[in-house]
Amino acid sequence: MKNWLMLTLVGKDRPGIVAKVSQVLFDMQGNLGEASMTRLGGNFTIMLMACIPESKTVVQKKLQQICGELGLFFHLDAIEAGLHQHIEPDVRISIHGADKAGIVAHSTDALNKAGLNILNLESDVGGSPENPVYVMHIEGVSGKGFDALEEALQVLARENDVVARMTRIDTMVG
Amino acid sequence: MALLNILVYPDEKLKQVSQPVEEFSEDLKKFIENLEETFRSFPGCVGIAAPQVGRFERIVLVDISHKPKHVNHGFLVLINPEVTFYEGSSLGREGCLSVPDFIGKVERAKSITLKALNQKGEKLELQISGYEARAVQHEIDHLDGKLFLDRLVSRRNSLSKRIETPISP
Repeated sequence: MKNWLMLTLVGKDRPGIVAKVSQVLFDMQGNLGEASMTRLGGNFTIMLMACIPESKTVVQKKLQQICGELGLFFHLDAIEAGLHQHIEPDVRISIHGADKAGIVAHSTDALNKAGLNILNLESDVGGSPENPVYVMHIEGVSGKGFDALEEALQVLARENDVVARMTRIDTMVG
Repeated sequence: MALLNILVYPDEKLKQVSQPVEEFSEDLKKFIENLEETFRSFPGCVGIAAPQVGRFERIVLVDISHKPKHVNHGFLVLINPEVTFYEGSSLGREGCLSVPDFIGKVERAKSITLKALNQKGEKLELQISGYEARAVQHEIDHLDGKLFLDRLVSRRNSLSKRIETPISP
């Protein structure tokens, strides 16, 4: 059984964070798995899978030092890796409208009830400071069919004054 | 008839450039039958190229007719295929028998004009568009030692991102 850890880092963004942290992990003979890094509102965020022969306590100590230097918060969890079993989405949903509280809660509740299992979710606040616009993209698996989702989106659009549309994802395998 | 073994990345042989077919022999006919049987053994798969089974000749098979939403030419055997014209571009999700458990977004021409020979050595000239054009371009890439990984635009959503270079007014 391999010792997989999930490392979560959050902090003010600056160049070189990924390089410095991954070097520390590599120096402990760490092998990295899947990772997702993004900037959210100018903040650096990453979730990173690492398989490291050292104990979690030792890894924690090393990370404390580098994260202190870089001004980052970190969190470390022992996980099951679950590699080589990607689930592929069959539907993409885009929702946008004037920004207001509740769009995500209402949308995801409606989609959950219509059978959607969310695999990816990204959202941006665009527009101007006076007229902020909320844009959300979701990819997922339709558990109860496309019609149920289509219906849920129509109700959602009407009740929340947003544009909500759905596209089926057809992946070409050759 | 026999199922052929699929080469899987990072097998270096997948980077080899395939040679044109010169002889339309009985052996070629048998190979195409086996390649078709292999291709049909993967449900949902829309194409295969000879180098994927370790035969480095310019042969691809494409059949998207089980995806009824898309316009198509039925079962295509394309030997020594050559794209003579590319038009437009579109972003779509691709996977590959030679790259298990990975899907990525790839940019391809929306439509292509293609010259090729069929299994009897007869000349074909086809206008192919949309999903079928994506499948043909993916398979022809295999003949040049390229995988869709070499053309990856993104793993996840790339539609929401802002334009990277400013447009001058």
